[in-house]
Amino acid sequence: MSALLSVRGLTAGYGGPPIIEDIAFDVQPHEIAVILGPNGAGKSTVLKTIFALTSIASGTIDFDGTDLARCKTSALVTLGVSAVPQSSNVFPNLTVDENLDIGTYAAPPADKVATHEKVLHLFPDLRAKLKQPAGELSGGQRQMVAIGRALMCEPKLMLLDEPTAGLSPAYLERIFDLLLDIRKTGVTILMVEQNARQALQIADQGHVLVNGRNFASGTGKELLADENVRRSFLGGAAT
Amino acid sequence: MIDFINFYLVPALAIGSVYALGAVGISMIFGILRFAHFAHGDLMTLGTYGVLAAAAIFPVNPLLLVPFGMVLAIVSALLVDKVFYRPLRKLPTIYTVISSFGVALIFRSLVQLLWGSQNQVFGSGGVRPPLVLFDTFRVSVLHVQAVVATSVIALFLHFFLSRTKTGRSMRAVSDDPELAQVAGLDTEKVVRWTWIIGAALAAVAGSFAAMDTSAHPNLGWNLLMPMFAAAILGGIGKPMGAMAGGYIIGLAEELSSYHWIGDHALISPSYKTAVAFVIMIVLLIVKPQGLFKGRLL
Repeated sequence: MSALLSVRGLTAGYGGPPIIEDIAFDVQPHEIAVILGPNGAGKSTVLKTIFALTSIASGTIDFDGTDLARCKTSALVTLGVSAVPQSSNVFPNLTVDENLDIGTYAAPPADKVATHEKVLHLFPDLRAKLKQPAGELSGGQRQMVAIGRALMCEPKLMLLDEPTAGLSPAYLERIFDLLLDIRKTGVTILMVEQNARQALQIADQGHVLVNGRNFASGTGKELLADENVRRSFLGGAAT
Repeated sequence: MIDFINFYLVPALAIGSVYALGAVGISMIFGILRFAHFAHGDLMTLGTYGVLAAAAIFPVNPLLLVPFGMVLAIVSALLVDKVFYRPLRKLPTIYTVISSFGVALIFRSLVQLLWGSQNQVFGSGGVRPPLVLFDTFRVSVLHVQAVVATSVIALFLHFFLSRTKTGRSMRAVSDDPELAQVAGLDTEKVVRWTWIIGAALAAVAGSFAAMDTSAHPNLGWNLLMPMFAAAILGGIGKPMGAMAGGYIIGLAEELSSYHWIGDHALISPSYKTAVAFVIMIVLLIVKPQGLFKGRLL
């Protein structure tokens, strides 16, 4: 099967020295891929680079036959890529319903009402909050709004930057369960995650970065079993 | 009480309407483009002279000619954005703020060059008969028109911002421009609409102000500070807050010179403009987000 996303020789940063260098990995259709690594490894920079929010020095980001390295941020949604940033991922003064609606503007879904209903089916908690400003919600609820907004354009690929950051353990489990549900709907997921062990348990593929470079890649199970990865990033013994 | 309504309250609501319409543009530009647009008063003046120029050709009620001023202001704003502001967009905002001072001077000089620097009045300039209601209330027809027009505009603006795609996109960009880009919104289109609405309302505001007194090249510049005060009072980036702020500033200014205690004005009318400054300074210290929780300056 050919990869949905293929990153090759990607070097990028924020105008100064590169933060990530010569990064390469593939994401297959309908899989959950996770990028792991210690703080400062450049994990979020990889996602930001795919989303044209950094300066690319070299490399290609092939998505379904289009080189995203040459695209503007605002054009990516129309190509079928949506993103959920780590922080500031909702429009706080817009209601939950308006936040979801915004997700349809760049790439309207075939049936907006049906997509809206599908998103609310995934996030039933939001149904009672539709008229509430998103800024008044809890962290977990905001994350649901952000993911819901990203799903409203029916993306082929969804990028998530630390979707469980700052959430309570209860919400953390729910978000991971939701990602599995979203994958079942045919959406490919590429995420950066600090909760490495839980992320690898649901991931089909994992890519470990260290100091802005590829360190290891493999299936979730392989990385969980890898002694080097376990010692460095998963806090010791296997569970 | 009748005098209070005829000579203070209604004029206060009329000048409040002018401030409200101007402040909406200032607030939206600050919210979306992230800079204080010091040329907004002069954009208002330019629009007003557009109406005056049309009035010299068409002998009809000048209010019917306000669309000419709106078009002139919109075209000028879009042009200035393209030539002066857009190239500075990625630099620190202070560059754009200073640039807007330059644009203000360009607009004012253009008005002086084309129409001269003397005062000009709409129509014959004679005293217009007031509207008499219940044999007691005698209010200026123009004041009533200004308040009614502003109320209708406020309703349309609320509908536009809350119900239309473009309006919601404008609020989204005002909330978080980077997330708006990530969500695939066309931020340049949002910027264009910001100028269109801001400039159009500035022309309406300037026209009402000039029809009430007279048009002169400093018309908008003199109104700029109360409009900024109104925008800050309402909360930067909150258009409906700016509307409310405009009325509060207008009422505070006018009513400050009413003889609340004894027979003399509480504050001499010559100092009433200072009331707007005092409100602005106090608010910046006490509640910098404004009454409607806008963006921090």
